[in-house]
Amino acid sequence: METLKTIDNFLTLQARLVADRDPGIPTLIISAGTCGQASGANDLIRIAKRELLSKKLTKKIHLRITGCHGFCEMEPSVLVEPRRTFYPKVTPRDMDRIVDAVAADAILEDLLFADPTTEKRIETQDEIPFFKNQVRTLLGFNEKVDPIRIYNYIEHGGYQAMVRVLSKGNPGWVIEEIKASGLRGRGGAGFPTGLKWEILAGQPNGHGKFLVCNGDEGDPGAFMDRSVLEGNPHSIIEGMIIGAYGTGANEGILYVRNEYPLAIKHLVIALRQAYQLGLLGSDILGTGFSFDLRLVRGAGAFVCGEETALIKSIEGMMGEPVQRPPFPVQKGLYGKPTLINNVETWANVPIIMNTGAQSFKKIGKERNYGTKIFSLVGKVKNTGLIEVPMGITLGEVVYGIGGGSSGKTEIKAVQTGGPSGGCIPASRFDLTIDYESLKVAGSIMGSGGMIVMDERTCMVDVAKYFMNFLKEESCGKCFTCRKGTQRMYEILDDITAGRAAREALDLLEELAATVKDTTLCALGQTAPNPVLSTLLYFRREYLNHIEHHRCPAGVCKSLITYSINENCTGCQLCVRTCSVEAITGEKKKVHLIDQAKCIRCGACRDVCKLNAIDIR
Amino acid sequence: MVTLHINGLEVSAEEGTTLLEASRFYGFPIPTLCHLDGLSPYGACRLCVVEIGQGANAKLVTSCTYPVEEGLQVRTASSRVVKARKMILELFLASCPQSKTIQDLASSYDVRQQRFKQEHDDCILCGRCVRVCEEQMAAKAIGFRSRGEKRSLGTPFDLKSEVCRLCGACMYVCPACQLRCTYTEPDKAICGGCANLSPPCLEKNSFDDMMCYMEPCVACEIKKD
Repeated sequence: METLKTIDNFLTLQARLVADRDPGIPTLIISAGTCGQASGANDLIRIAKRELLSKKLTKKIHLRITGCHGFCEMEPSVLVEPRRTFYPKVTPRDMDRIVDAVAADAILEDLLFADPTTEKRIETQDEIPFFKNQVRTLLGFNEKVDPIRIYNYIEHGGYQAMVRVLSKGNPGWVIEEIKASGLRGRGGAGFPTGLKWEILAGQPNGHGKFLVCNGDEGDPGAFMDRSVLEGNPHSIIEGMIIGAYGTGANEGILYVRNEYPLAIKHLVIALRQAYQLGLLGSDILGTGFSFDLRLVRGAGAFVCGEETALIKSIEGMMGEPVQRPPFPVQKGLYGKPTLINNVETWANVPIIMNTGAQSFKKIGKERNYGTKIFSLVGKVKNTGLIEVPMGITLGEVVYGIGGGSSGKTEIKAVQTGGPSGGCIPASRFDLTIDYESLKVAGSIMGSGGMIVMDERTCMVDVAKYFMNFLKEESCGKCFTCRKGTQRMYEILDDITAGRAAREALDLLEELAATVKDTTLCALGQTAPNPVLSTLLYFRREYLNHIEHHRCPAGVCKSLITYSINENCTGCQLCVRTCSVEAITGEKKKVHLIDQAKCIRCGACRDVCKLNAIDIR
Repeated sequence: MVTLHINGLEVSAEEGTTLLEASRFYGFPIPTLCHLDGLSPYGACRLCVVEIGQGANAKLVTSCTYPVEEGLQVRTASSRVVKARKMILELFLASCPQSKTIQDLASSYDVRQQRFKQEHDDCILCGRCVRVCEEQMAAKAIGFRSRGEKRSLGTPFDLKSEVCRLCGACMYVCPACQLRCTYTEPDKAICGGCANLSPPCLEKNSFDDMMCYMEPCVACEIKKD
């Protein structure tokens, strides 16, 4: 790989790469992020390679292995360019057929995506409702670039924003542009990014400044940052170079949790390539500007996503938050001014510098500009990674993109913001997704987890689940956070077991308020949110547990009993399914459940086609 | 010098001092367990919370870690502060009921009930011993391990530390049970007014999570076998 010594060198390389590309050549794009590989994308890649070689098609069909495209429900998926044909859930058996079809410029009707309601086959990816309703500014890159090939990224306009910034030669302009774009931190709190950059730029530059990319994404059910890191690592590197130029920082750190091996692998490759090409290091492209970037792997503590704990972790100490002020931007890593932004925030930077602040502002709503990536999971038909403009309503996301409930029952609530967020009931799905509205509703934007729940989800159980997570992931420094989360869990556990009295709710609320008030970092301050929001919107469920010893959703095992009603035709399906042999009954006669043996797993209810299993 | 208001009184304090130091200097008492003069502020026990700011921006911060700021409005005993401290003390009572210090504090704040499941811990993980070992004794023999509810205190791998000089400072600074191991005759030892009539080190079996790292115990000069 050549080293680029000047900006002209870069532009020549870019022009050559663009000229060499022939967009007309059919390309097989295999989505091979962590989710894709887990569902078998590696087999598809192997077969595709073998087929292309054995049929001597390597010149005629290109193969591109990319990060996650977002439609996790349909992995492993294959996208064919330029027709943009989308084949979901491809099996190794079908892969050679797809290769043949592409060679013949044909479409395999039977493998296309079928609309779940109309059963109609949809040919191109862009017409599938899941993709159609999104604005894929960031994620759109994932299908275009092979994350381990820097030329691929440059070919699609990569590092162009950096070159634009470097050739302009005015760091003040960079900050003005970011400020004008109204970009806010995507890590959850929504602090204006431009303002943060300006503060860092204003710090005395005697002993160096640091930039940090926070890739310690630990929320259960969230994988936005992982997909960006895996699918397009260069966009983050580019964003950080621009940030360093604007703020005068000379060293950067990518902090990524070690549970993301693929992201780390791709980042290591991307860093090496960027150094080799001369886009990182000293005297970048002959401009005299230097920036070093290295990777630090997190050791798996949720709390290290908090910025002061993250700094401690990089320094090699125990990941414990410390008092702010002084803020990291004043006194951070090794006592030097440090700016920490989320992965998604950094990924947005090249886009703003490329298209300009004004065009960035066209997407989204007042004070909440741009797009936001969410991981839509839970009881919806289309789970996956979605990118939507801010200001879209929850209903549009859950029903429009998610396709509504995947189970037999209606959607009840959506949980946003991970363990720090809250549950928003379906009656409030007209709520727009922006930092302020979600906060008013008792939740937070968070980094972007979105868990959809239906009528068969018990809200007390949900609160208990998150409290269990938090009591283990609290760093334990603040007494109120350590003991508070543990005590809240105990009370919730009592409620779900039917052991609690009505006073427990008062105690729970009192304790939640104290934990919110008296803890140091955002983890503790937001830890009561799952409890408080479910208490606010689903108090009736709590009371049902306490007063009537009933779990309306049929989840809390101590409070429910399964029985069989007269809808039963005696088909014996449940008898065969029951793992503890608790169901007895002759053929064509109503069956009976032995309550002493029943472990309340609900398997019988899932298999029964006649709704003959009741939960009480 | 920085000028700020503590409980309505305009006071000045040197830049870099904490709210706790300033408040105490001007005669406003603030209870703490984890703070000790001479050790770095840590902010673990949260008892020293005070209210700062006005209106909707008012919030609670720990006075031991928060630096004085120009024009800051501080309330050391507002109803919000007292309510929080009461709940914190109730949590302390639920975890470490036998500490005389905690009992006294709870009593002074009129905490009359304890509504949680009773536990019988000795340690409140305030970190005084860890800090005294590191900062004053330059030994770093003990430290925190794990996180969340599993957080505990001890030497690495629970082995006798090679850097421990048996100075006893860790025991000396412990706020939860200050009178432990102070006497040479076990039957005369009065440990914190709690139910233990003998120093816990003699009953190692019944005190698994005992915070004593001395071997042999130099404080009471009793050799353990």
